[in-house]
Amino acid sequence: MRAPVQAVGAVGIVELRIPNKAEWVAVARLAVAAVAHRLPFTIEEIEDLKLAVAEACTNAIQHAVGASSIEIICDASAEALRLTVRDAGHALPAASLSVSSFETPETPSNLGVFLIRSLMDEVEYTHDPETGTSLVMVKRVAH
Amino acid sequence: MDIKVHVRKSDGDAYVVELAGEIDVYTSPKVKEAMTELIDQGHYHFIMNLEKVRYIDSTGLGVLISALKRVREFGGSVSLVCTNPQIKKIFDITGLVKIFGIFDSEPSAMKELA
Repeated sequence: MRAPVQAVGAVGIVELRIPNKAEWVAVARLAVAAVAHRLPFTIEEIEDLKLAVAEACTNAIQHAVGASSIEIICDASAEALRLTVRDAGHALPAASLSVSSFETPETPSNLGVFLIRSLMDEVEYTHDPETGTSLVMVKRVAH
Repeated sequence: MDIKVHVRKSDGDAYVVELAGEIDVYTSPKVKEAMTELIDQGHYHFIMNLEKVRYIDSTGLGVLISALKRVREFGGSVSLVCTNPQIKKIFDITGLVKIFGIFDSEPSAMKELA
């Protein structure tokens, strides 16, 4: 079931910073769900967004060396929800974020990245040695 | 947020592991610990009941996959009971439906094991 379309109030940016620790990932998930509820996403799409942001945070926790926190930016527009998950650590090389690296269903290591790629419409990974790692994920609103 | 793990012996050889809550990077170690303990005790047939699981991510899937890999070495099995469409979708898109038996109810899973 599609939620009723929100008016201008649904457009905006919400920023959240969580400690780089497993127990805080649920907070990121809930925050993204709360933002997504303000856009005309289906319940299923909101679940997809929750999973994608959680996977991105988990990736940061497991691979970002030296990052004390994770920044989550939810940029809501009439067209899409753009999620940026950023940390200041040294993370996975970009190549490991390709779908092809998920070789078999029995290889758990890249499942998270595979899920993000599958559930989101656009995914972009950048790593800068100065500023850290950033994963931008976009889920478009179906009209 | 938490995960509850309840283990009980079925009428047959299998152990039923009932999970309730959310399985993510924070809670999955608790599930892994329970499964490791059971396998170390020599139990190799499991029915994982996910009926009360509201959420699972890749770390939760990883625990299930690891358990399956371990029990297969001993001719064991891991079947899943799951009706939540969102969770079933995750097993679908990852292709894990091909390696786990996924059932709509515990009796169906038991029947397959018999």
